[in-house]
Amino acid sequence: MYRYDEFDHQLVADRVKQFRGQVERRVAGEITEDAFKPLRLMNGVYLQLHAYMLRVAIPYGTLSSKQMHMLAHLARKYDRGYGHFTTRQNIQYNWPALDKIPDLLDELASVEMHAIQTSGNCIRNVTSDQYAGAIEDEAEDPRIISEIIRQWSTFHPEFTYLPRKFKIAVTGHENDRAAIKLHDIGLVVKKNTAGDIGYEVHVGGGQGRTPFIAKKMADFVPKESLLAYLEAVMRVYNMLGRRDNSYKARIKILVHETGEAEMRRMVEEEFAKIDASQMLAVPQAEIDRISAYFAAPAFEDLPATSDAFDAAKTEDANFARWVRANVVAHKQDGYGIVNISLKPIGGVPGDATDAQMDIVAELAKVYSFDEVRVTHEQNLVLPHVQLDDMKAVYDALAAHDLATANLGLISDAIACPGLDYCNLANARSIPLAQEISERFADLDRQYDIGELKIKISGCINACGHHHVGHIGILGVDKKGTEFYQISLGGAADENAAIGQITGRAFTEETIVDAIETLVTTYKDERQAGERFIDTYNRIGMAPFKERLYAE
Amino acid sequence: MAQHSAKGARFQAVTANRLSDGEVVYLTDDGQWADHFDAAAIADGAEAADALLAAAMPADFELHVLEPYLFEVAEENGAYKPVSVRETIRAAGPTVRLDLGKQADMGA
Repeated sequence: MYRYDEFDHQLVADRVKQFRGQVERRVAGEITEDAFKPLRLMNGVYLQLHAYMLRVAIPYGTLSSKQMHMLAHLARKYDRGYGHFTTRQNIQYNWPALDKIPDLLDELASVEMHAIQTSGNCIRNVTSDQYAGAIEDEAEDPRIISEIIRQWSTFHPEFTYLPRKFKIAVTGHENDRAAIKLHDIGLVVKKNTAGDIGYEVHVGGGQGRTPFIAKKMADFVPKESLLAYLEAVMRVYNMLGRRDNSYKARIKILVHETGEAEMRRMVEEEFAKIDASQMLAVPQAEIDRISAYFAAPAFEDLPATSDAFDAAKTEDANFARWVRANVVAHKQDGYGIVNISLKPIGGVPGDATDAQMDIVAELAKVYSFDEVRVTHEQNLVLPHVQLDDMKAVYDALAAHDLATANLGLISDAIACPGLDYCNLANARSIPLAQEISERFADLDRQYDIGELKIKISGCINACGHHHVGHIGILGVDKKGTEFYQISLGGAADENAAIGQITGRAFTEETIVDAIETLVTTYKDERQAGERFIDTYNRIGMAPFKERLYAE
Repeated sequence: MAQHSAKGARFQAVTANRLSDGEVVYLTDDGQWADHFDAAAIADGAEAADALLAAAMPADFELHVLEPYLFEVAEENGAYKPVSVRETIRAAGPTVRLDLGKQADMGA
């Protein structure tokens, strides 16, 4: 885990103090809401339907047990006993009182966390692969460069007033679990034939009302030059990105309108200047210092199999099912990666109670080298659990409704907060996720259906990633009533794709039946070994559409 | 600011969020801010609505509430209720957490 140095501590402490003064002046009527709103947003404080909402960054999705305990404590003390994990590895509190938020931020700072740059037209929380440092065949732990980017982008004076917000994601593995091609910049850590580390750079991806898959700008930027390259991309965007229309202000529009080749030429021209200046060359000693924080923990030398683990699977069918669905192979013999589903049947995707956060923190401390990860699919991960301990971890999770064995299945949907909470939403998202998971509650049925990623957004801003769902659902408002539009064929992984809309929207009463029709169509059409997305890619939209709109 | 009333809407009320905690509030007949929709002043017609919104914004309104706006309500059996799903949810609380928001206090 990265630890703040004295500068980090000072920056965050100063910022909380500054914000405390701003809140006091606002409440005393000394500054107007027009003046205050951008200040609160810079500190992650939004106004939603029922209350303020505070968004806290979890850099590259990594938490220590102490930090997770703090998130639980904040939920208890300042909120209503729960928090919501988002699709950008943040946690959101839905009910904090404005005048208490500075106290909350002080407590948060004590565990080296903050809400800075979780809103506004700046570089947001850097996100990454939840399996970082645990999965086999990584070029390098992506959190090393993520942390370097975090430091470079925090309070970067040139990039505090960009045309629009800016999101960066990093993967160190060829299987992309961080949706990097749907980000303003997506990085893939690569190792070349000489064994050197560098980065494949994708630019201009994003969702929202105009979705784009990012374009590959560079095949291999050497490690020492990456910040110079990122600075070049940012500088071109900052100068040329549109400021006249917020819907056209993201870098994806600039790349699209400028063209990939011209964008590359401008970036490379800027990059050559910055790189030659060596201004942003990170000293090797600093790279080494940061890398050391992400060194592999002291894994025990264990056999690849565990008798206790195998016996427990034989004795407890539920445990065996959970292992099959939620435990992923670890790079280290004798260990496994545990996925904790925050999608219980009928539950709210991504929500966790204070008690649940506490138990996950405790399990991380005892069984997973003090580490928890947060995923963009709104689940949690214990990255390093011994197979020998797996049953104990499972039992503890099961006792807190955290052992739903549904990772990647139809009930493991992403859903944004939607109209139940969000000021921008046009329709509710959470109830659809709940109804779908209840309709398909039977786990054997879910296993038979196989991997199926449903992603639900309550408005076109696409926080629920509907464009890249195998089945995407978008809530729309028609004269104050909710309707739901379906898209098919999206993907957020290394084969990223934008889904295609099926046709006219469904009502709240008919949408779950429509999902079932799609599943039935897939099951009728699938060939051996095909997932939903594979069948869709083979047979296309027509058979699905025909069944969906048959009278 | 999004439009919260259909063109030609007859009945409207004024809502906002309270500065201190973001709580949803409604403008009452006597110019106060109440926590519950039942206490909201109902304007009949466009002129009355404009007057109501103007009353919501005295010089110091920002000391108490944020961004007051008009929204459409409908009369049903002598009682009024918000027309849109959005305003229905604001008046009650999240539909997925009936233990939270105003509905929790109303014993809903």
